[in-house]
Amino acid sequence: MTMRYIDGFRSSAAAAALASRIRDSAARLQTDGRAVTLLEVCGTHPLAIARHGIRDLLPPNVSLVSGPGCPVCVTPPGYIDTAIALAERGITLATFGDMLHVPGSEATLCDCRAEGGRAEACYSPLDALRIAAERPREEVVFLAVGFETTTAPVVSLVPRAHAAGVENLSILTAFKLVPPALRALLDDPEIRIDAFLCPAHVSAIIGPEAYAPFSGPNGVPCVIAGFEPLDILLGLDGILRQLAGGQSRVENQYSRVVRPGGNPKARAVMDAHLRPTDAEWRGLGVIPHSGLTLRDEWSAFDAERRHGVPVLRGHIDETCRCGDVIKGKIRPPDCPLFGTVCDPDHALGPCMVSAEGACAAHFKYGLLETP
Amino acid sequence: MCLAVPMLLESLTDKDAGMAALGGSRHEVDLSLIDNPQPGDYLIVHAGFAIEKLDTEEAEARLRLFDELAATP
Amino acid sequence: MKALEVESRILLAHGGGGRLTRDLIATEIVPRFGDGPLRGLPDAACLPVEAGEMVFTTDGFVVQPLCFPGGNIGDLAVHGSVNDVAVSGGCPLWLSLALIIEEGLPLHTLRTVLNSVKSAAEACGVTVATGDTKVVERGQCDGLFITTTALGRRLPGFRIAAANARAGDRVLVSGGLAEHGMAVMCARKNIGIEQGPLSDSAPVHRLVAALAPLAQSVAWMRDPTRGGLASVLNELVDAASVGVSLREADLPLSAGVRAVADMLGLDPLHVASEGRVVLVCRPEAADEALQRWRALPEGAGACEIGRVVAGPTRVTMETTAGGLRLVDMPRGELLPRIC
Repeated sequence: MTMRYIDGFRSSAAAAALASRIRDSAARLQTDGRAVTLLEVCGTHPLAIARHGIRDLLPPNVSLVSGPGCPVCVTPPGYIDTAIALAERGITLATFGDMLHVPGSEATLCDCRAEGGRAEACYSPLDALRIAAERPREEVVFLAVGFETTTAPVVSLVPRAHAAGVENLSILTAFKLVPPALRALLDDPEIRIDAFLCPAHVSAIIGPEAYAPFSGPNGVPCVIAGFEPLDILLGLDGILRQLAGGQSRVENQYSRVVRPGGNPKARAVMDAHLRPTDAEWRGLGVIPHSGLTLRDEWSAFDAERRHGVPVLRGHIDETCRCGDVIKGKIRPPDCPLFGTVCDPDHALGPCMVSAEGACAAHFKYGLLETP
Repeated sequence: MCLAVPMLLESLTDKDAGMAALGGSRHEVDLSLIDNPQPGDYLIVHAGFAIEKLDTEEAEARLRLFDELAATP
Repeated sequence: MKALEVESRILLAHGGGGRLTRDLIATEIVPRFGDGPLRGLPDAACLPVEAGEMVFTTDGFVVQPLCFPGGNIGDLAVHGSVNDVAVSGGCPLWLSLALIIEEGLPLHTLRTVLNSVKSAAEACGVTVATGDTKVVERGQCDGLFITTTALGRRLPGFRIAAANARAGDRVLVSGGLAEHGMAVMCARKNIGIEQGPLSDSAPVHRLVAALAPLAQSVAWMRDPTRGGLASVLNELVDAASVGVSLREADLPLSAGVRAVADMLGLDPLHVASEGRVVLVCRPEAADEALQRWRALPEGAGACEIGRVVAGPTRVTMETTAGGLRLVDMPRGELLPRIC
């Protein structure tokens, strides 16, 4: 029965009907000859669009641009460098699997593992608690990355470790907040983005209200969509209808999960343990108040302080233009690094680090677009 | 970001934990971030944590809409 | 000779060539495998040679955990090599078995694995003809590594090569995909999914033998192990300069496989099967091939999943949502993802 809530949102007949509605709206928009550019705020949308072949259903004048991506691919090189430094001291790292391929200044965690570092891929942050409890003589550090969705699950490790008397676990925080990143993008006067396709599960935590500042007369349509094919098409349909009607409001097309006000219980867990901080985003630089770090009373669980390894700015080629790709100002091949020093196997910016980031997707699917 | 799947909460196994199922597979899921979880609830599970309940009425309304869309020539 | 206690563990001395080695071989290997060419424990096996061609392959097995739902490293090591002989158009006959054991491995684990080797070999009609046992220090391997080599007789009629594939050919699979890889993934400690899929680890030699009357129409066969269906089909298009077009709705993916794939963020097309065959055959033979497969229990889930097409050398798939996607090579190690 539960599969109904996955498979029911993948039907080709309904997808064809929605795609046809989207083409109608897009045809009405084709007044100035410019493509409509939509920003996929969340990295899972482009992944789902590629996996389900949705690009193929859309009219040519609708252009999708992958935004800041996911909390994994915006992890800056300096963070990975610090994690490697911890592993080189014999500390066991526990991490979501996708972090293992993110490049630091010189190496990835995969490289570090090959050199003898211990980095264990986990499904749940609770696995890190179990690893620490099972190996009391090892120091364990969980790589605490996440947008709002992942932050509450990860930070709930801290009070649990405290309550269970587990003293050998700490977290290396690089939590990120989505709304400040959207603000930073919109503050660029040259941005060429017509609407935001807003994330599914981040919105379940922060609620639709969080996008209100980005919509309205001086903003863009902000439409929340789930990650199944029909959810995405409903979201795109909503965006194009708003654009065709000259509207700009927050619309929730994922109402089976995203509720008004979001999830206050998850936010309370975050507020109790974390405070806002400036955060570095790979390829975008430091964005004020766009991160979360442990409050002072929980500093015993802060890996940076516990092990005396502050996260420093790592090196990323200054000519990386992911920021401009994300803002829709240039296309991936316009970046001087694209395909020369930056490719999916040697990725620099988040657009190439993420498997479906704008640059990685362009690299991979250029093939599919040529007839 | 943030893959999450719908799962059916089958039983409560501990304070703030329960066994949830999808497609015949089961996983113990943390329930501390949602209010009043009950067996029979559909959950949205991310990294082993239920981050929200799935509103089945809203979901069914969407599925009916898809049926209508698919039936319209 | 002294039988080992059930609760005991393998020691470094069990591989040292002395008394403990002799005891281990005498109590654990000879009773299971000592009837054929291994009788008397010669340094090498003498095998009868027939006219015609032999098919010869080797494979190493390093799966973790050693035991997983639906199988263990023992039957996997037999099926892996036997299946490589089979999909190359051979009838598997002989097997070598080399064990590298980490000191401290519980004896009962070794017994479980050896029992599975024995029953899998019998079920495949192959004889363990030679072998080796080594014990290494803790940390030098992960519990148990197995290498098997299989030798078989070439079946008449099959001429299997990727270059044989041509536009219009049909792509068939013998049953549900990705079940082995997902079963192993679920059994890993840091994932802990209960009642995930069962491994499909099984021999495919009967599936191949069933196609013998159609051998002239068989272009190519592979078992989609490491890297899954995506990997073998990408290798095919690269080698044959054709394209492959799949239909997602026709792929045999169980609800359990799809559920775990969605939970962990994995593409089931990148995940291994260990008891399936992917077949490319001429279109006029496709229906009969399916009938022949479905007449066998291990082929009950056989189906057509796509066709070979002219054009760019790529694998594409028409999705259930009605779109078109590229099916690319997997990156390598399968890891649970959050994004």
